[in-house]
Amino acid sequence: MTKPLLDVEDLRVRFHLRTGTVEAVRGVSFQLGRERLGIVGESGSGKSQTGRAILGLTPPPGEVKAKRLAFDGIDLLTASKKTLRTLRGGRISMVMQDPKYSLNPVMTIGEQIIEAYQAHAKAGRGEARDRALAMLEAVKMRDPGRVFSLYPHEVSGGMGQRAMIAMMLVTEPDLLIADEPTSALDVTVSMEVLRILDELVTERGMGLIFISHDLKLVSSFCDRVLVMYAGRVVEELEAKNLREAQHPYTQGLMRCLPTLANDVRPLPTLNRDPSWAL
Amino acid sequence: MLDIQNLNVVFGTGRLRVEAVKNVSFHVEPGAAYGLVGESGSGKSTVLRAICGLAPITSGRVLVDGKEVTTPRSKAFYRTVQMVFQDPYASLHPRHTVDRTLSEPLAIHGEKKDAEARILQALREVGLGPSFRFRYPHQLSGGQRQRIAIARALILRPKVLLLDEPTSALDASVQAEILNLLDDLRRRLGLTYILVSHDLAVVAHLCERLLVMQHGEAVEETTADALRSGDASNAYTRSLIHASQGFTRVATQPAQAPAA
Repeated sequence: MTKPLLDVEDLRVRFHLRTGTVEAVRGVSFQLGRERLGIVGESGSGKSQTGRAILGLTPPPGEVKAKRLAFDGIDLLTASKKTLRTLRGGRISMVMQDPKYSLNPVMTIGEQIIEAYQAHAKAGRGEARDRALAMLEAVKMRDPGRVFSLYPHEVSGGMGQRAMIAMMLVTEPDLLIADEPTSALDVTVSMEVLRILDELVTERGMGLIFISHDLKLVSSFCDRVLVMYAGRVVEELEAKNLREAQHPYTQGLMRCLPTLANDVRPLPTLNRDPSWAL
Repeated sequence: MLDIQNLNVVFGTGRLRVEAVKNVSFHVEPGAAYGLVGESGSGKSTVLRAICGLAPITSGRVLVDGKEVTTPRSKAFYRTVQMVFQDPYASLHPRHTVDRTLSEPLAIHGEKKDAEARILQALREVGLGPSFRFRYPHQLSGGQRQRIAIARALILRPKVLLLDEPTSALDASVQAEILNLLDDLRRRLGLTYILVSHDLAVVAHLCERLLVMQHGEAVEETTADALRSGDASNAYTRSLIHASQGFTRVATQPAQAPAA
């Protein structure tokens, strides 16, 4: 690994609320090359806010601070809005959790992919259309031409999610942030979507940040995993070594899942040690 | 306890006709836990909803305790059968306190006499203290809300609990707590469960027998033990078992350690 694609050092996301300041992300640092990085944690651990902060999508009262937040040498904190706009969707893309809420309901899927492409590439309508169709085919849509002219409400969740992946990848980004891309999908469908994502990431040599609450899924899909708790990274480890996790939180998360392989009763629950959050 | 015979549920007519459940039959013994598994659109939730009257029974019979249910369901039915919904964020009234949520079933069934004691007992049963009694749902975490939803279902002392994805909106650690609670309640109160879930591991943990559904049809009835030993005759069941074991890279790239 030469220069990292993404360099995050001491990232902090704060929300100043009437009731006081909430620090959702408290000093997260990591570097990402062209690899698959998983960020795992429970609700409220700050994993999604980390992903959003990288893209500059922190919702209004939020404030992002970091010692360094650089993408391919470009400082994202001081970059102009114009630079950010060209990066966002162009070189860094994000796949959201639920296609029902993230796709524009009044535009056909094809139009949305064309819009994404034309926002970042100088291309005529015909070329954009060809690209969109090719992309729909790349995400294994059975009949790209038909899906192209459908509205989001006319497709299933799995198809919607694939359409969103197509839209995010049509600009050939260097970094893809996927925030719970499969949580709204069935297990069998989500495996299919992951396989597509995996293929595209490997083929195009993209960097991938995969945000999920599902430890089992992340460990089987990613190369490296960050485990977050209360806004901090409590443990970083190779995905294949997840079983040898050192931190009691990671161990607890692993153990409390029911598995088909062994029947433990009652399931061990997580005893949260207040010192983890310090 | 519960007998479902050739259940069909059809929504709409003509072009919009959807056969959500096609000829599904199963039988649940008293005190047993029965699972319904399948992907979205397989009709597993519709079976539950048809049992408790939230979806129409187009044809077939639903027997509770040997008696066929009436439409609309009688009060006695709801005293026997109660439901816990998937999303505790949506199933509790946001402007009702826990106390009001729990006293509503008592009021409906005219049992307001010792309401206070029963509410406190219901809270205790689900592992919450009396301090939760006057809170609103927004003052509770997801796991606490689901406990309240379970308490609401249990306060009438039903015999059957219909559980529609009771843990899929919850974090893994909270899921473990709720599963333990359900396990414990079943043993202590002798309840019968029907559990709908897309998560095979959850179903195998809680239930002894289960029915795999696909496109509204029953594909295979099997046992949790058979699932654990990976013993499934049906291809669809096998694909579910496979998918529940996490992501696997396609065989074209053999399992090379990324050490290279």
